[in-house]
Amino acid sequence: MTEASMVIVGGGKAGARAAVAFRENAWKGPVTLISDEALAPYDRPPLSKAAIMDEAEPQPTYLLDEGMMASLEVNFLRGAAATAIDRNAKTVSLADGKKIPYDRLLIATGAEPRQLSLAGADRALLLRDIGDSVRIRREFSEGRNIAIIGGGFIGLELASSAAKRGCRVTVIEAQPRILMRGVTEEIATRIATRHAEAGVTILAGASVGHIGSDKIVLSDGREVAADIIIAGIGASPRFRLAEQAGLAIDNGISCNTYLQTSDPHIFAIGDCCSFPHPIFGNERLRLEAWRNASDQAIVAVENMLGGQRQYEAVPWFWTDQYELNLQIAGLPHLGVSVIKRVPKEGALILCHLDAEGRLVGASGIGQGNSIARDIRLLEMLIGKKASPDAALLADPSFQLKSLLKS
Amino acid sequence: MSQWIEVCAAEDIDEEDVMRFDHQGQTFAIYHSPDDKFYATDGLCTHEKVHLADGLVMDNIIECPKHNGRFDYRNGAAKGAPVCVNLKTYPVKVEAGKVLINTGA
Repeated sequence: MTEASMVIVGGGKAGARAAVAFRENAWKGPVTLISDEALAPYDRPPLSKAAIMDEAEPQPTYLLDEGMMASLEVNFLRGAAATAIDRNAKTVSLADGKKIPYDRLLIATGAEPRQLSLAGADRALLLRDIGDSVRIRREFSEGRNIAIIGGGFIGLELASSAAKRGCRVTVIEAQPRILMRGVTEEIATRIATRHAEAGVTILAGASVGHIGSDKIVLSDGREVAADIIIAGIGASPRFRLAEQAGLAIDNGISCNTYLQTSDPHIFAIGDCCSFPHPIFGNERLRLEAWRNASDQAIVAVENMLGGQRQYEAVPWFWTDQYELNLQIAGLPHLGVSVIKRVPKEGALILCHLDAEGRLVGASGIGQGNSIARDIRLLEMLIGKKASPDAALLADPSFQLKSLLKS
Repeated sequence: MSQWIEVCAAEDIDEEDVMRFDHQGQTFAIYHSPDDKFYATDGLCTHEKVHLADGLVMDNIIECPKHNGRFDYRNGAAKGAPVCVNLKTYPVKVEAGKVLINTGA
């Protein structure tokens, strides 16, 4: 009998964190990390921000480098595409024909940017890995016309990075306003105003008619100069491997609250999976978020080693544009009323309460880290299913921390 | 010769809270613990150089506002990923209601 083996498919944040977590949980057996990227796992948040704006050519920020991998005794297979899972034999096949046996398998294949589906779409650059980031950065030279299709987080982060590099930027958003899905109108307006100050043109309620060699023609006939086009129109979970292996799929690889797929020997984490969330009435979520990737890795690994821990971390997300930092905790869309809190001048926090007065979400915007502490405390209150007094939430001199201790 | 530098009045920092203190191009974080003691560490997180004074103090832990790296501010110990490098700490004393830090400079 061979020694029980833990195998991870996917070398992003989630997979890298899981590799470390096996050793933190005193697992002594083999750990194999299979990544289709040529590089060791690196952090992705900088790819749309610092990597583009910094003067120096971007370097990957490694989450796990060769030295760490060696000291943790992680068997790292780079540039290795997993092509199939044989659930009976319990092996993962690689493109080169190798078969990697597993006792427990963790799928952390992430998400990939959606492609535009219209003529000329091949002109649009996408951002997923550091190679994309290097390519985009090279194109962002002063005075160039950059057209960004999609006024979501990636599109807007790239717009702010392009503005910083002196480009002429237009963001084309099909919805009536930017960040329709992510935040309330008040916060979206603040972000839109800041973009306008930086000289970025935002065309909301605009749809792309067709793409020409140096411009985009909108459906209403308006033309947008476009030396470079970037599409940031959302991401799709990468679940082909799981689907072909017959695992249940439901907006990503379908997991239970233990992050276990429909095969008890296979778990999934991060952007590629969906899961029911216990503190939100088991609403099924799929999150594309940095902290979720890491928190899910920790829980899934415990469960792969025999634990029984539900994943119930409160969703948390941030974006940085210019000097502004926006954060979202919980699920603001579940709220029916909003309490406004202004912790300091120029900062705004919205507390989202459901019909019973329970705090279900918090969203905020401010300079630097000015909202970070309050959002963190609100996140903890969301996790405790608290129903705080609205007047206290609205009072900036009231210490939210005291609510956690009562 | 290292010397003690005045930071603020003791009552300027609530218990279980933190304040940023900049001195001669260096930035520090000064803590007031729930048991009414004062501590000082480097002001920037060892992970991505974020100001810790914007973070949350819970008991003896400071949590970085950006990526939730946690340190025990009494001894600077990193409490696990994403932080793996300990924070440097500095001697602190309270005299006549003033908080003083010795930066070793």
